[in-house]
Amino acid sequence: MWELIQANKRKSIILIIGMGVVLVLLGFVIGSAYSPNNGGMVGVFIALVLWGILYLISYTSGSKILLAVSGAKPITKEIHPQLYNIVEEMKIASGNPFMPKIYVIDSAAPNAFATGIKPDNTAIAVTAGLLGRLNRDELQGVVAHEMSHIVNRDVLFMTVAGIMLGVIVLISEVFIYGLWFGGSRGRYSRSSRDSGGGQAQLIFMIVAIAFAILAPIAARLLYFAISRKREYLADASAVRFTRYPEGLASALEKISRSTEELKTANKVTAPMYIANPLKKKGRKLNDLTSTHPPISERIRILRSIAQSADFSAYQDAFNKVKGKETNIIPPAELKESTPIGMKDVIGLPALGLTQKQTQRNVGNLIMKLNDYSFITCECGLKIKIPPDYKKNKIYCPRCGREHILRTA
Amino acid sequence: MTGVIILVAIIIFVAVFVISMYNSLIKLRNQVKNAWSQIDVQLKRRHDLIPNLIETVKGYMHHERETLDSITKARSQAVEAEGVGEKAKAEGELTRALGKFNLVVENYPDLKANQNFLSLQEELTSTENKISFSRQAYNDQVLFYNNKIQMFPSNIMAGMFNFKEEEFFEIEDEKEKEVPKVNF
Repeated sequence: MWELIQANKRKSIILIIGMGVVLVLLGFVIGSAYSPNNGGMVGVFIALVLWGILYLISYTSGSKILLAVSGAKPITKEIHPQLYNIVEEMKIASGNPFMPKIYVIDSAAPNAFATGIKPDNTAIAVTAGLLGRLNRDELQGVVAHEMSHIVNRDVLFMTVAGIMLGVIVLISEVFIYGLWFGGSRGRYSRSSRDSGGGQAQLIFMIVAIAFAILAPIAARLLYFAISRKREYLADASAVRFTRYPEGLASALEKISRSTEELKTANKVTAPMYIANPLKKKGRKLNDLTSTHPPISERIRILRSIAQSADFSAYQDAFNKVKGKETNIIPPAELKESTPIGMKDVIGLPALGLTQKQTQRNVGNLIMKLNDYSFITCECGLKIKIPPDYKKNKIYCPRCGREHILRTA
Repeated sequence: MTGVIILVAIIIFVAVFVISMYNSLIKLRNQVKNAWSQIDVQLKRRHDLIPNLIETVKGYMHHERETLDSITKARSQAVEAEGVGEKAKAEGELTRALGKFNLVVENYPDLKANQNFLSLQEELTSTENKISFSRQAYNDQVLFYNNKIQMFPSNIMAGMFNFKEEEFFEIEDEKEKEVPKVNF
């Protein structure tokens, strides 16, 4: 596991340096286009300050912003014991010493994401639609995938690189819009006065326009390529944690079958989710600008894992499905891994809840998020009490037992 | 004079070597203990949950006296078991008894609608999973520690200060052992 984090770190640093170079060059070229003598340095300065500010914001409160933007609400064990238990199980399986906070998003689209830059302050958020659709094993697979994003430190990387991408896109767009809407007038009047700089400025301007168009594309390709690789890696780790590839496979299948869009997700937050939340029908998913590998391919890989749940088994399955050798797992990690057996089935089989029961549970969950309180009567009935219920006692509608609500 | 200095240097070197080796053994043993306590917490939790489960299902399952009794019996054996090996055996027995019980539950639709039962069942399932996930971590620690005790030169140290090998927590008739490694 350590090797994996190290390898991830190395790759991340190389990538971030690469994107940093693109950012600095972009700042320089655009700055020079406005003023060839000293504008380059000013441009670089502005680009770096912009990146610094955004990075500081996201480092200190990025998770909070992401969770707030997604409309996620925190839950405790009382509200959804199963989800809490599963996260705790995956915490143990992944060897993560810290328990992530758990959030639920009130949306029918099944999806999930993990966030948190510092290891001791992370969060996993799932949608109500996911809870309503998946059984225990499937939910465990999804949570394992998110947990591996946390332990592989993917969130840190995605934040740093994502912000850099954002700044590159922002600067390029501002520049091009500036040219489009009347920025050109001032430029020409200035260049006519300054006859020597005119030629150089024109060249700089052409280079800047080319850069403003190409830099965001290059940065995106770089970012998305690594993002896709990390999704595979998180799948491989999830199999290792749960020792049950079918759980995640069938969860992904259910997620891909749904047609709902997650309204609270946007272009920026999309890479954070387990499956692309912005699905458009008929759009090809396996193009270069996709943040996620095609779900069907992820499912095929998971289903062709033969006998053991370790990394080399995932790598073998990956090679078989993709038909080419790409290292998803760092080679050193492959050498060390010993076969890990699949989940032993002598344990308790997960109790099959009916679809109706699962949906009722999700209904309860949403009620709880909205401050309903619950009492379980001795007869087994769950009594739901709305937040504006004022009386001190309530009678069970099935057996008539009296329940004291508050001693006031 | 130089002879004395060399001698003192050798003694200090050996002392530092011995102390650091001793400390690393202690550290490993503590890690094993810690990993064990992770399992033990979950085992205790399971033992606490079972009487509640029996109490909840008793009213529904009049014809399953035998199944319920076997769970109670397996539980009390598991509670009394001492040592890792014995515990592993007793816990395996308990898991099997619960597995049988789960098959029977399918015949009682009323029970499956009972919220108390469902939440107990969820807790038991989760505890079961936590046991099996922490088992992996514990066995890895034990393997590491036992290797250290058996290998030279730390084996001399282990012998002198009475570091004993720890037992693996293996539940019987596991499928894991039969997994053949396939290379393409």
